[in-house]
Amino acid sequence: MTYIKPKFAHPRLPENKLGYTRKEYEGSLSTLCAGCGHDSISAAIVDACFELNIEPHRVAKMSGIGCSSKTPAYFLSNSHGFNSVHGRMPSVTTGANLANRSMIYLGVSGDGDTASIGMGQFTHVIRRNVNMTYIVMNNGCYGLTKGQDSATADYGSISKSGHVNSFEGIDLCGMAIELGATFVAQSFSGDKAQLIPLIKAALSHSGFSLINVVSPCVTFNNNQGSTKSYDYVREHNEALSSIDFVPVREEILTEYDHTKLKVVEMHDGSLIKLNKLSPEWDPQDKLSIMTALHKSHERHEILTGLLYIDSESVELNELINTTNVPLNTLTEKELCPGSEILEQICSDLR
Amino acid sequence: MYFEKVKAEYVDGKRKLIPTGEPDVFYPADDVIIAIGQENRFEWIERDLGIEFDKWDMPVVSPETFASTAPKVFFGGDAALGPKNVITAVAQGHQAAISIDLYCNGLDISDRPAPDTKLFSTKMGIHEWAYDNDVTTDNRFIVPQADKKETLSNRLKEVELGFDLATAFKEAQRCLNCDVQTVFDEYKCIECDACMDICPTNCITFTTNEDDENSLRMKLLVPAINQEQELLVSDTLKTGKVMVKDEDVCLHCGLCAERCPTAAWDMKQFNYNTAKAGHLCYA
Repeated sequence: MTYIKPKFAHPRLPENKLGYTRKEYEGSLSTLCAGCGHDSISAAIVDACFELNIEPHRVAKMSGIGCSSKTPAYFLSNSHGFNSVHGRMPSVTTGANLANRSMIYLGVSGDGDTASIGMGQFTHVIRRNVNMTYIVMNNGCYGLTKGQDSATADYGSISKSGHVNSFEGIDLCGMAIELGATFVAQSFSGDKAQLIPLIKAALSHSGFSLINVVSPCVTFNNNQGSTKSYDYVREHNEALSSIDFVPVREEILTEYDHTKLKVVEMHDGSLIKLNKLSPEWDPQDKLSIMTALHKSHERHEILTGLLYIDSESVELNELINTTNVPLNTLTEKELCPGSEILEQICSDLR
Repeated sequence: MYFEKVKAEYVDGKRKLIPTGEPDVFYPADDVIIAIGQENRFEWIERDLGIEFDKWDMPVVSPETFASTAPKVFFGGDAALGPKNVITAVAQGHQAAISIDLYCNGLDISDRPAPDTKLFSTKMGIHEWAYDNDVTTDNRFIVPQADKKETLSNRLKEVELGFDLATAFKEAQRCLNCDVQTVFDEYKCIECDACMDICPTNCITFTTNEDDENSLRMKLLVPAINQEQELLVSDTLKTGKVMVKDEDVCLHCGLCAERCPTAAWDMKQFNYNTAKAGHLCYA
């Protein structure tokens, strides 16, 4: 008669390099519907942060409003968080990022929060290349208000009430690539083997990284005819490659067969290894992925995996040359360096 | 007090104490309390009745039917297969009673009635189970004892005082609910991973099956190294994976069933009623 997560853990729970177990990365018990895809994504975030040996206090969880934006309560309870106004998570994150660039910013949003009310914010956070990971928990419906079609619901998708969607859905990944996003991936909440390495790669990417995760709404959008149901996504999932993420400093012993394996080196020296590549696509070639996305749309397939990466990405703080230290640690000494420095600046302008 | 030195030897799996021949050992003591054991003695049974006795002078008794070699004589308890505890004695009594009943009805005593078992759902509503699923972290509570001065001077005084109501309740809460089983229905599962994500002890894993059980054990979220505990492996699911549960660390908290959208998991209580004489199943 209780609904509390027991404090017991497995006695042989593995520890990461920091000596933490997965338990230290978990959050409180989910209040989302049983079987919600969002919970699987939360679990994937827990696994990714655990495996990357991230200190929980270095993460800031940013979210807006919606079922998806509730999830930061269900993972990384030892991290910082900000639950912002509906659709306004990107600008709050931009502000936080400029004030303290040493944190790892993990934005969690939904299809309503991103593709409807927050669309303007979404485009500009991409344009500015804010150093953050932006996860869209995309279920194609407004689950919190009883499952109306959202802006990402596919054309022809049938809702639980039998209504056929007559509008084209917004392809967030295609749009992000078009807008110049430097890391774009698509995945499925029911495929952790793919999702976890993608989150790890996204967290290690310097600049804006988007992961659009199709996450079925068990209550309102898991019916026959829906294009975001567990069954439909499993049948139409077309993985571009299988993905491995090798964090920086991990020794690499084997030589690669470059005909079968593509290795992308990231900003910090980490590697993304892509196996069983789809032949007509290169994750560093924008044109090839745009073509692949359009073709998959015609074939009613959902392309998943790492779609596009620009490993030369320059993130916002580097671009505008901000200070490396958090603003709240700056003292009067740094902020008011005195009349000599002022004189020097003025003379430079003359 | 003098003690004779003996050593234990095992003959046909039975323990026998044999004197070593060494001199007796002396132990000084303030007080010596003699505890008298019990043993089976069957001198009173005439040996020409048709009841066979073995070399230990114990009747030859079937461990299934508790019948002796004489068709109308049955044994149970310490007299049957040697001293065990009272629970075993009662169970043997039941088995002997079934045999007597079958014999009196002219039926074959080796055709035993099955015990009555039931498996039924404990689901009562949202977050509500018919059993107490809360898992406590309390250690075992110590039973309070009466003051030694009193118990040593008055032999009728009971030493263990028992729990007060509040402690007794807490101690009972430590129950592991092992009668409540996690039952998995493959055909209902949509593989949303909710149970795997919620399990506080990471005992559920969805993975591809292996031919060799050991490699499957090592593939789980936390490897299942206790070989004595069997794994629960489901049939192949839609995606080709199987559900594997390491029963070794299950807390029976019911969260897997709680988070399952399709009730593929259910917490089912297992009831076992031993077969009794006069049961309708052979009427």
